[in-house]
Amino acid sequence: MEKALKDHAALAEEFIKDEERVDWHDGALWWIRQKRDIAAKNIPEWEALREAASQIKSNVLSNLHDYLLEFEANAQKNGITVHWAADAEEHNAIVYSILKAKDINQLVKSKSMLTEECHLNEYLIERGVDVINSDLGEYIQQLDNEPPSHIVLPCIHKRKEEIGAIFHEHLGTEKGVSDPTTLTRFARRHLRNVFVTRRAALTGVNFAVAETGEYVVCTNEGNADMGAHLSEVQISSMGIEKIIPKKKHLGVFLRLLARSATGQPITIYSSHFKKPRQGQEMHLILVDYGRSRQLGRPDFRDSLKCIRCGACMNTCPVYRKSGGLSYHNTISGPIGAILAPNLDMRKHADLPFASTLCGSCSNVCPVKINIHEQLYKWRQVIVQEGYAANTKVMGIKAMAWTLSSPASYARIGKAGRWVLNNIPFAVNNKFNPWYKQREMPDGSKGSFGEWYAKNGRNEEEGKQPETTQTPDVPLTDKHHER
Amino acid sequence: MTVGLFIPCYVNQFYPQAAIATLQLLQKLGVGVVYPPKQTCCGQPMANSGFEHLTKECNDLFMENFARFDYIVAPSASCVLHIRDHLHSADDPAQADSIRSKTYELVEFLTDVLNIDNLKAWFPHKVGLHQSCHGLRGLHLAQMSELNALPFSKPVRLLNMVDGLELVDLDRPDDCCGFGGTFCVAEEAVSVKMGKDRVQDHQRNGADYITSVDLSCLMHLEGILQRNRSGLKALHIAEILNSTR
Repeated sequence: MEKALKDHAALAEEFIKDEERVDWHDGALWWIRQKRDIAAKNIPEWEALREAASQIKSNVLSNLHDYLLEFEANAQKNGITVHWAADAEEHNAIVYSILKAKDINQLVKSKSMLTEECHLNEYLIERGVDVINSDLGEYIQQLDNEPPSHIVLPCIHKRKEEIGAIFHEHLGTEKGVSDPTTLTRFARRHLRNVFVTRRAALTGVNFAVAETGEYVVCTNEGNADMGAHLSEVQISSMGIEKIIPKKKHLGVFLRLLARSATGQPITIYSSHFKKPRQGQEMHLILVDYGRSRQLGRPDFRDSLKCIRCGACMNTCPVYRKSGGLSYHNTISGPIGAILAPNLDMRKHADLPFASTLCGSCSNVCPVKINIHEQLYKWRQVIVQEGYAANTKVMGIKAMAWTLSSPASYARIGKAGRWVLNNIPFAVNNKFNPWYKQREMPDGSKGSFGEWYAKNGRNEEEGKQPETTQTPDVPLTDKHHER
Repeated sequence: MTVGLFIPCYVNQFYPQAAIATLQLLQKLGVGVVYPPKQTCCGQPMANSGFEHLTKECNDLFMENFARFDYIVAPSASCVLHIRDHLHSADDPAQADSIRSKTYELVEFLTDVLNIDNLKAWFPHKVGLHQSCHGLRGLHLAQMSELNALPFSKPVRLLNMVDGLELVDLDRPDDCCGFGGTFCVAEEAVSVKMGKDRVQDHQRNGADYITSVDLSCLMHLEGILQRNRSGLKALHIAEILNSTR
């Protein structure tokens, strides 16, 4: 939590100090982006699938109330106990009360970004409930007392040697062992024992089908199934936006999810949960936690279409160079930067600015969220609501004033160039972030405006210079590709 | 046909040679070009920083300067995209609509309006094309690597008309350079790291020049190149297309 005092720029700067790590982190994520590209390009109807998914989610968001009630009724018919939680606190209290009623003080949890958002682990541990994350990446992060840095690849920022050291410290593996297979086998042995002995298992939810009251959990490790199948009490937590109308829609989303996430055609396990086994209790918690507020923001409601594939993180050059933890929010990267300000605008005011607005995120998004446009719009909201730093407000106001008048612009432009030429140390110093690692542009040539005043006017309309050749191209008014 | 030459503020101040090349190139192709001297800026630096509400004066001034032309052409994809997406006027919305639709980036003007299919240009060097994000994903000057769609590239088509020019393939053909407007100082560490990696892609693949439709990208990359005393040079595409023997 104390990390939140530093903003994205400062946390990113720390991450970048280890340039070798950045190069390796950037390369690993780019490799996944390339695998995603290959998978996407192997399906001729890829763009049509994205469009279909986006439209299904539009329908869901416009009819969320009805689908949620339909889902609740069908899930109850299937024998699932359905709970509603308005916020993180309510969600955590519901989980605790379910465990307490059965006198359970140990929980195994598969990957669930929602419970990370709710800080469920801390809540339960404070109340004497032991929680173990069973997703290998999340398990490693939990051992190291760090939140996940990526929603699909929770410890992508860690080298295998670092993971070996964590295992040595916490699990007693031999010092210096960093072979991934060896470490994974060791973790598996450890987790097998956890699965067998835990009476309660919690999973996340990827898709909940209104029509049937069932839900689907996607993993590559089978850890959700392992926990759920051996449990006496199964709890699943889902954000209310995870609803899809019909079972047939899974065919659209399951094809998109893994391809976008890792380039796999489908996750190894796509587990459908519908009704409790004999003697088992099944609980499902529908969590709002800011989602209906976001639904009420016309410019940002489409962010709720997100299926948590992580493709926007893998493609984002800022994310690749700065690491997920620099976003100081459970959901990092571009999608995190448009979700987080809804939860706490002051705390996350920096995130929409942690982007060059390059737009790659919107292009890889399997549900076609206009992420970079929403980043732009959040910037406007954050400034209007007064969360921009004061120095920035002053600077931009001065810029707006300068540029609003041709005379002041010409004067200041000239002054700027004069400063660059004659007293470069005035700008070439450590207080100028540009100059830290970049030379200033050359201001010695005079402006184009000045050149044009001397040389340009005789070249105007109709008076073509002698060097000009006659064009052999027709001058038409075609507007292509607009 | 008369074209209003829109020279973005920082190009006017720091890259007059790119503006001159744009003017000369258009004139060579028989286009009447006028540079309205009272222009300043499109307003993008304010808007992208969250201050779109302070851009009214810039918008009004832009309209005052450019309303009278058949087309408005600029050697900057980023500024053109800003006009296309964000130029508004409460007083004269129809005029703003018209200006938005007739404002073109240089490469797309040469390709889509002038339909040129040959150029008398000569530039005997190895060149890497840095795709400006606003040109690529905003103005769709080329196909985007993320999409499953047919490839095309307006800048490559033009560069292929230049005698002697050899285009080098890059490992990441459309990764962002990290300029990003005020991002380049607000997120200095990330911005520079992104820029260094773009530069290295060009170096690794043997380019002598990095070119682009956006000087903002090039200003940032040039700053990094010069700090590292690199032999690799940054040059706006207008200067290449305007080069002759």
